[in-house]
Amino acid sequence: MKPRQQRMLAVGLAAVGLLIATVLTMQAFEKNMMFYVEISEVAKGNAPEDRNFRVGGLVVEESVVREPGDLQVQFTLTDMEAELDVLFSGVLPDLFREGQGIIAHGRMGDNGKFVADKVLAKHDENYMPPEVAESLAKHAAAKAAAQAEAAAEAVKP
Amino acid sequence: MWTFLHKLASPPHFYRLAEKIIPWFAVSGLVLIAYGTWGGLFNAPPDYQQGDAFRIIYVHVPAAYLSMMAYMTMAIAAGIGLIWRMKLAHAVAAATAPLGAWFTFLALMTGSIWGRPMWGTWWEWGDPRLTSELILLFLYIGYIALRNSIDDLAKADKASAVLAMVGAVNVPIIHYSVEWWSSLHQGPTLIRKGGPAIVGDMLWPLLAMIFGFTFVFGALVLSRVRAEVLFRERRARWVRELVSATGAPA
Repeated sequence: MKPRQQRMLAVGLAAVGLLIATVLTMQAFEKNMMFYVEISEVAKGNAPEDRNFRVGGLVVEESVVREPGDLQVQFTLTDMEAELDVLFSGVLPDLFREGQGIIAHGRMGDNGKFVADKVLAKHDENYMPPEVAESLAKHAAAKAAAQAEAAAEAVKP
Repeated sequence: MWTFLHKLASPPHFYRLAEKIIPWFAVSGLVLIAYGTWGGLFNAPPDYQQGDAFRIIYVHVPAAYLSMMAYMTMAIAAGIGLIWRMKLAHAVAAATAPLGAWFTFLALMTGSIWGRPMWGTWWEWGDPRLTSELILLFLYIGYIALRNSIDDLAKADKASAVLAMVGAVNVPIIHYSVEWWSSLHQGPTLIRKGGPAIVGDMLWPLLAMIFGFTFVFGALVLSRVRAEVLFRERRARWVRELVSATGAPA
């Protein structure tokens, strides 16, 4: 290759790289800013009807219903303000469980339920053995109970 | 101080100094990695959410950290080379790039293997953490391609240094992506308010792995810089004397 051609190749590669980088960044912004809808927004009827979007929330305790002999599963998501029923048919991630934060991708069905084509689980940044997690939960529950008791005491005449 | 820096910048001095440092880095690195591997695989308890699967953290986190550390090393060295016209700094930048690219690849690969069972996906297009780390890999590849496409070493040094410095913007974006945007990736575990969110038996092997990887990275960079210096100074007298002294054909 002549030096001039090499320079052109270099400039071309740099331009292509920059283009890919920009497109990916735009995509990242778009998908996360535009297509992520909060559950309380869905409850208000502000969900897009004709395209896919994502919702994220906690799986409500004792809301998971599985069809026996089938991969079909229904559960309720909450963002602590509103709730949304989600239908999903497929393999759930290992971390999927009640109380877990998850992200569902799909669109609104006719019955007001969210039909997910993908369910992703989020985990937190804490790492500890199960025993520690259990005792933490126990202490938290005890503390909450004590606080509730104190609050009840306070309102007593 | 200044005489030390001036001496360090002289290629023959650096060549000999690096030769002495490399074994220390390599041995410390391997000892730390050996302890980290034992501690991470056998001594650390399983995680409350992820069970034994969390143990991939002992490769993923050091690789991801080094992918960014290597880029900063490369960008700072390239900047020093550009501003002070120090050839040794350009040699350091050039020697670091392929290593950084491999650590980035390792971080992406282990992240993908981890993400499949835990999140339920190998890869999510548009996720800010995943995308910014992929852009880092493209930056490394672009840097290497740019260098290889220019025959004149001085020109290659200059052009690639500009690219390395411009690309450095991406490093803080990677780090803060999990806080600025909604990412599948969880927030930082080690460097956060209120101290690390990980118990000691899990933490110590992880720190050992991070420092172990860093020492091995240091040893590899220094060996690569030595080779790079030999090539750049191949017509200098000290290299010819070195070659004739070691008995290799001159």
